[in-house]
Amino acid sequence: MSRRQMHLAAHFPGVNNTTVWSEPESGSQIEFSSFAHMARTAERAKFDFMFLAEGLRLREQNGAIYDLDVVGRPDNATILAAVAAVTEKLGIAATVSSTFNEPYEVARRFATLDHLSGGRAAWNVVTSWDTFTGENFRRGGYLAQGDRYLRAKQFLDTVMTLLDSWHGDEIVADKAGGEYLRNPDAGRFDVHVDQFDIRGRFSVPRGPQGRPVVLQAGDSDEGREFAASTADAIFTRHGSLEAGQAFYADVKRRLAAHGRTEDQLKILPATTFALGDTQAEAEERGHEIRRQQVSGQTALRFLEQVWNRDLSNLDPDGPLPDVDPLVVDADAPRVSQGRAADRMYRDPLATAREWRERAAVNNLSIRDLMTEVTSRQSFVGTPQAVAEEMERFVEQRASDGFILVPHITPTGLDEFADKVVPILQERGSFRADYTGTTLRDHLGLAPLDTHAKV
Amino acid sequence: MPDTPLHLGVLLDGAGRHPAAWREPGARPAELLTAGYWADLVAEAEHGLLDLVTIDDSLGLQSADPFAPDDRTDQVRGRLDASMLAARIAPLTAHVGILPTVVVTHTEPFHVSTTIATLDYVSSGRGGVQVRVAARPDDAALFGRRTIPTDRDALLRELFGEAGDAVEVIRRLWDSWEDDAIIRDAATGRFIDRERLHYIDFEGPHFSVRGPSITPRPPQGQPVVAALAHRAEPFALVGTSCDLGFVTPRDAADAHAVIGSIREAQAAAGREGETVHVWADLTVVLDDDPSAARDRLARLDATDPYTDDAGVFAGAPAELADLLDHLRTAGLSGFRLRPAVLPDDLRQITRGLVPELQRRGLFRTGYEASTLRGLLGLPRPADRYATAGSAR
Ligand SMILES: Cc1cc2nc3c(=O)[nH]c(=O)nc-3n(C[C@H](O)[C@H](O)[C@H](O)COP(=O)(O)O)c2cc1C
Repeated sequence: MSRRQMHLAAHFPGVNNTTVWSEPESGSQIEFSSFAHMARTAERAKFDFMFLAEGLRLREQNGAIYDLDVVGRPDNATILAAVAAVTEKLGIAATVSSTFNEPYEVARRFATLDHLSGGRAAWNVVTSWDTFTGENFRRGGYLAQGDRYLRAKQFLDTVMTLLDSWHGDEIVADKAGGEYLRNPDAGRFDVHVDQFDIRGRFSVPRGPQGRPVVLQAGDSDEGREFAASTADAIFTRHGSLEAGQAFYADVKRRLAAHGRTEDQLKILPATTFALGDTQAEAEERGHEIRRQQVSGQTALRFLEQVWNRDLSNLDPDGPLPDVDPLVVDADAPRVSQGRAADRMYRDPLATAREWRERAAVNNLSIRDLMTEVTSRQSFVGTPQAVAEEMERFVEQRASDGFILVPHITPTGLDEFADKVVPILQERGSFRADYTGTTLRDHLGLAPLDTHAKV
Repeated sequence: MPDTPLHLGVLLDGAGRHPAAWREPGARPAELLTAGYWADLVAEAEHGLLDLVTIDDSLGLQSADPFAPDDRTDQVRGRLDASMLAARIAPLTAHVGILPTVVVTHTEPFHVSTTIATLDYVSSGRGGVQVRVAARPDDAALFGRRTIPTDRDALLRELFGEAGDAVEVIRRLWDSWEDDAIIRDAATGRFIDRERLHYIDFEGPHFSVRGPSITPRPPQGQPVVAALAHRAEPFALVGTSCDLGFVTPRDAADAHAVIGSIREAQAAAGREGETVHVWADLTVVLDDDPSAARDRLARLDATDPYTDDAGVFAGAPAELADLLDHLRTAGLSGFRLRPAVLPDDLRQITRGLVPELQRRGLFRTGYEASTLRGLLGLPRPADRYATAGSAR
C-alpha cells in the first residue's frame, strides 16, 4: 500500500491572535533559543521546512499601535542564517517583500543563505504595496495595488537572472596554476525592464540549490497566476476540504499554460490543530484555545477590520452593529493598517450580511461569532484521528501537505511532533527520514539545470 | 596590569588580506563560501580572546582596482553577504564580537537596523556593524536608482552625509522600543505597552523613516557601530556617530593627528563624555623567525604585487608587540589586524602575538564580559526615548 506522501512545514508563531501569549508556557517571540527550539522540533519530526512571515511595519488600529497580539520580530533572513547553524536538514523559508527591497540585495541574501545552509533556503515572495509600510523605506509607498504583481514578477525574474549569472563551475581555485576563476565574465548581468534598470556582476557564486525554493502567498486571480507561472509552493489560507479542493483544482489547472506539471507546484494551506486523548477532550481543548485567541477586545478589533470603523463602544457580548461596513478604495487607508489579511474580505457588505444572518440564526454575540469565523482549528481530535484526516485532505486533493501554525511559542509543535508524526510515518504518508539534503529534495522538486539561462 | 590593556580585533576577508593569500599552502580557497571555513576562523579568534572580528564585504564583486571593476581571474572573486555569515557563525561562539561590514548607502537603513539587532539577539549581545559607503558608479548600477556625482569631493560629502543619516536612523530604531516595552499583561490583554514604543520620524535628503522598529531593542541596547576612516569626512562620521573607528596612520605622530580630528568631531557632536575607540589597522605577516616572515611577504608580493591602505608589518610576533606598544602611546586604544594569509597569520596572532602581549600585561587572559560593549568598556546606554516619555 503506498499512500500519497504529504509535506509538512512549521510556521513560527506569528504576530496575530493565533499565537496565545498569556499562557505560562508561552516563551519569547524574539530570543534565538525560541527559534532554535522550534527548528529542532521540526527537524526531529523530519519536516520539510520552517517558515517565517514578515511585516515591515507594526500594525495599527484606530490610529495606535496594535497591542493585543504578540509584537516584535527579527529580520527573517538573518535569524534563519542562525537557525542554519543549529539544524542540518530542515529547510528554512523567509518571507521577504518584493516591494521594499531591491533585487540585488535579495539575491545576495538568498544565495548566501543557500550556501550557509547547504541548500535549504526558500523565499516566500510577498507583494505588500501599502503606503503605510512604505513610510519606513526610501522607496516610500508608491505602488498602486494593481501594479504589485507587475513589480513582483519583474522582481522575481530579476533575482533569478542574478542567481543564474553564476553556473556553479566557475571557481577552480587552482593554487599551482594561479587560476581562481575560470570565466572573467562570471556573474555578469544586464537587466532593463520598466521596474529595474541594473547591470554589473553579481557577487555571490551559485549556491547548492541554484535558486531558493520559491513560495507565494497571493490569493487573487493575478496572485494565483503568478504562483502558477513561477512558484514551487503556495502558502494558502483555504483550510476546509471543499475550499481546499476548489483552490487546488484552480491553481493546478493553471500550470499547463505555463508549461509546468502538477508536481512542480505544491499547495500548502496554513493549518492549526488541537489534540486530545479522546475526541471530546480535543474538542474541549480546541474550544479553550479559541476563547483565548478571541478575547472580547480582540473580537471588536476583528469586527472593526471588516467594518472599517471604530467600534470600540460596542459590547463584545452583545449583538452585531446595525451600521454597515464603510467601503473604501483598495488603496485608501483603513481603520486597521499593516495587515495583509485586511483585504481578505473583498466584499465587506456581503460579509456583514452573511454574519448578521449567522448571528441571528444561532443567537451569537460579537465574540461568539468572531470565535467561529476567525480561528477554528483545522484539525481537532486524537492524534490518530488528526493523522487520518490530514491524509484524507492530501488524498482527496485539497492539498499537498500543510504548514502547521502552533499557538504556543516555542513548544507548540512538540506534541504534534511526538504524537501525530509517528502515526503518519507508520501509515506511510510521511517520510521516516530525510532522503536528500536540499529543500528541493525534500519537496520532491527536480534539481535545476545550472546552465538553463546561458 | 601596568597599563590599560589593548583591544584587538581581526579583519577577515576571503583567503586573507593579501591578494596572493589563496595560493599559500595552508589556504583553503575552495571553501570560502562554506560556513565551516568561517566557523573555524572565528573559533580561532575566540581562542585568542580577541575582542572582535569584522567580516569584510562590498556590494559588487571584488576588484584589484579601487575605483573600477576588473576582469581578473587570478584572484579571489565572489563572496557571501557578511551579515548573513555573521549570524550563521554567532551561535557557534560565545564571547567574541562579530561585526559584518554593511554598505549603508543604496541600502535601506530600516533593514540594516533590524538585521544588526537580530545579529545581536543570535549572539546574545555580541553584535555590531562596520558601516561603509559604496562610492563607485558601478556600485550604483547594481541598484539602478541613482547617479553618482563625478566630482569626488562632492561625492564623498554626499555619501558620508548619507552614511551619518543612516547610522542615526539605525540607532533611533534600536531605541524605538524601550527595554520594558513587552509587558504581557494578561489582565488588560496587552502584550506591549505602546507608550513605550516610539516613532522615530527621521527626515533627511535621502530617506525618511517613521518607525518604530519591528524588532525589540537588542540585548546591548545599541550594538557597536564602527567605520574605517582615511580622511576628513569619515573621521567626522566616526566622531559623530560611531563607537569605534579603524584608522590607517603612517606612524605614531600621524595617529596622534588623526585621533585629534576624530576627537574634534566627537566634541562638536556633544559626545565628549562617551568612549569612542580609535584603533589602527595593520596588515600582518607573522613568523617566529622574522626573516621567514619577510621572505613570505616577498613571495606573496612577487606572486601578486600589493599595496595596502594600511601599514604592512612582516616579522616576529614579539616585534609586532613592540610596534603596537609604541603606537598606542599616540592614544590608540587597540588594533585591528588584517591577517595577510588565512588561517596562517590569524594563528600567529592568537598563538604568538596574544601570549606575548599577555606576558607584557597588555592583553586580557580571559574574557571579562559577556557582551561586546562589555569587552570594549562601553556601558549599556540608556534608551534615548525613555526619559522623553511617550512619543504619542
Ligand atoms: C497565507 C498567506 C500568508 C501571507 N503572509 C504574508 C506575510 O507574511 N507578509 C506579507 O507582507 N504578506 C503576506 N501575505 C499577503 C500576500 O503576499 C499578498 O500581498 C496578499 O495576499 C494580496 O495579494 P492577493 O490580492 O493576490 O491575495 C500573505 C497572504 C496569504 C494568503
